[in-house]
Amino acid sequence: MSIEFAKWVPWLPAAAAVFCGLCCTNRRMRTLAAPVCIVSLVSGFLITLGVKGQIGGELSDAGTRLQVFEWIRIGGLNADFAYYLDTLTVLMLLVVTGVGSLVAIYAAGYMAGDRGYARFFAAVSLFIFAMTTLVMADNLVLLYLGWEGVGLCSYLLIGYYYQKPSAVAAAKKAFIVNRIGDLGFALGIMLIYHQFGTVHFSTFTADGVVYPGLFEHCSRLTLAQVETPVLVIPFLLMLGAFGKSAQLPLYVWLPDAMEGPTPVSALIHAATMVTAGVYMIARLLPVFELSPYALPTVAVVGGATALFAATIALRQHDIKRVFAYSTVSQLGYMFLGVGVLSTVGGVFHLFTHAFFKALLFLTAGSVMHGLAGQLDMRKMSGLRTKMPVTCWLMFVGCLALAGFPFTAGFFSKDMILAAAMDRGLTGQGTMYTVLGIAGLFTALLTAYYTFRVWFRVFMGPTEYEMGEEHAAVEDTPTDGNEADPSADTSIDDGNIKVEHHHDAHEMGWLMNGPLVVLAVGALLAGWLGHADSSGHSWLLSVIEGSSANPTRMVEAAAGHAEAHTMLLGMELHTAMMVISSCLSVLGILVAAYLHWFNRPAADRLAEQWSGSARVLENKYFVDEAMDAVIVKPLRMMGYLCFVFDRLVIEGLVLAVGWVPRIGGLAVRRTQRGALQGYGIGMAVGVAVVAVLIAMVR
Amino acid sequence: MHHAVLSHFLLTGAVLFVLGLIGFLSRRNLIVMFLCTEMMFQGVVVTLGAFSRFHANDTGQTFVIFVLTIAAAEAALALGLVVLLFRRRGTLDVQAWGRLRG
Repeated sequence: MSIEFAKWVPWLPAAAAVFCGLCCTNRRMRTLAAPVCIVSLVSGFLITLGVKGQIGGELSDAGTRLQVFEWIRIGGLNADFAYYLDTLTVLMLLVVTGVGSLVAIYAAGYMAGDRGYARFFAAVSLFIFAMTTLVMADNLVLLYLGWEGVGLCSYLLIGYYYQKPSAVAAAKKAFIVNRIGDLGFALGIMLIYHQFGTVHFSTFTADGVVYPGLFEHCSRLTLAQVETPVLVIPFLLMLGAFGKSAQLPLYVWLPDAMEGPTPVSALIHAATMVTAGVYMIARLLPVFELSPYALPTVAVVGGATALFAATIALRQHDIKRVFAYSTVSQLGYMFLGVGVLSTVGGVFHLFTHAFFKALLFLTAGSVMHGLAGQLDMRKMSGLRTKMPVTCWLMFVGCLALAGFPFTAGFFSKDMILAAAMDRGLTGQGTMYTVLGIAGLFTALLTAYYTFRVWFRVFMGPTEYEMGEEHAAVEDTPTDGNEADPSADTSIDDGNIKVEHHHDAHEMGWLMNGPLVVLAVGALLAGWLGHADSSGHSWLLSVIEGSSANPTRMVEAAAGHAEAHTMLLGMELHTAMMVISSCLSVLGILVAAYLHWFNRPAADRLAEQWSGSARVLENKYFVDEAMDAVIVKPLRMMGYLCFVFDRLVIEGLVLAVGWVPRIGGLAVRRTQRGALQGYGIGMAVGVAVVAVLIAMVR
Repeated sequence: MHHAVLSHFLLTGAVLFVLGLIGFLSRRNLIVMFLCTEMMFQGVVVTLGAFSRFHANDTGQTFVIFVLTIAAAEAALALGLVVLLFRRRGTLDVQAWGRLRG
């Protein structure tokens, strides 16, 4: 397949988005939205598969540039609507369109009968357009377009149930927190243009003129030539990445984002959008390598976030929230990986995480669906008899997240931790050793909290409490022309029929089918990054064939650490594998004891440690603190502005309005309506003027 | 008899004008007031004619023709209006029209 076909990958979902948007206006067309969306995503995935072979491999280190149309050309600023395809792009496209297709198929079942059915798929298609634009962009301006586009779709989909005040608040929170990060990103892009005079990645020739790209500029610079403004760039870009990928201190929006429909949580807030920050750093690694402090900062923030979020996940009771904090934590791992120069590890973890986290969220969605919106794991137990397929699918996802040996998460997490320890032990800073140990401890916590969910929900005696959604579904107010009041949850004239189950039930194969694919990925995707005896793997070739290859710093580090031999590396690697396997199994066993065999023990333990349990349950009171430190003062300031506006500005405007009124009040009496009065006035006036003229003469 | 000089004509015009003005301001009958305005017109016309003759400039006399024409047209219109007003209120007193409302 010609590489030119890749241009269609973003535009098919864009067309689907427009079509689904039209479907919103017509009840009969509503059921068409899902198939159109799915077809556009699957064809995007197939195109990517077809194009994959054309790109890179191990040899080419420059990406292919595909121009769609001329976009922004002002002065020296050259930002065309052009795509940049290298192996990293293709990997990201596979994840986005692949997981996107599976989630869309699942959602076709999950969202069936919902009033905003077409609206949902319109937003999902638009999201895929924005996300593919983001990963394929050849310049930072286009990347920023995609970056903001996914933010918009995230906002739209978090606030999907807009009748719920909490969903609206969560959507606003996500949007506003992302603004803070995006400010940094935007400033970073401007500074890049200011410093390098270019925003596009690839070097290309147009009309006989060679336009050197950003990567070439970076590779020409020696570290000694780097000036202070250039050192600032990575830190600004980093802020954007931390906002989008929910890292400390901008992670607060992601747990709240779980207000959106579960397929959205799986697609946007676990598998794809939130990994955009990791992708951005990997893509712009040549820029990050220019500053000696940038990547270590990324590593520290990533490691700290991983540990911090994992501790919060220990005491959450909402299934989706546990997974949300685990997403924050796993994103921390990815940043740690990129930060310790193991871009391979970071991107590998991004890749495997997309499988198992999407799987976990979707199975959580199935549980929620089966229990009519129930998400509190204290109110469910022993569901394995009711939902056997979901049970074992989630088991696979949990194994992968917990890093159980030879599952996907095991290999990728291990690669990151080994890279961190390797840098620490070869004398490049004790900081890395600390980060590695923190990562290992986080792995233990991860195994525990993941299986806490699974044992609580599926094991033990079968008892559960249904959620409140059955009643709610019928009473939901209709929104606009998407539905009329008579429309019940079943759409009779369409091909979707929703039966009302009033008890926990297994999902149909429309929903479980995609989950099986994800489960296979969660089990086996790790082997793609597993190095064979010669130290090569598919994933390594992906990274080496792209801009994310950390050449500069690895060379610098190689000179620094003579002791770093391949043998030691392998030994360390094996050691890390053994340690993390043990920790994973230990975490699972502890969870099994406390949440399956001896649940009262868990309650007693929570009572003994009630203080710290409460702190964790309240997420370290971060939301409350931010409310007091940031939100309240801002509200206060807003109120002051309001008062100032009311009293001073509005007062001035009104005062101006009063002047003619008072004037009118004064002269109103002279207008009596007596004709001869006016006559006298005129005569006297003329006389006065005449006398004055005579006197002046 | 002395030869008539400019000031005689001007004086005549002024007297006509002032008589008209006084009449306009002091009488309350609409028709009389209207006639008074006509008299003020004539005062102005006399002045215009006199200046025109004195300066040997025909523009003033042209103006006189214009003013007379307009005055004739206006007289027809105004008398019609006065008749209408009279029909409406049954009186020619100008004070009956102090309020336009109602």
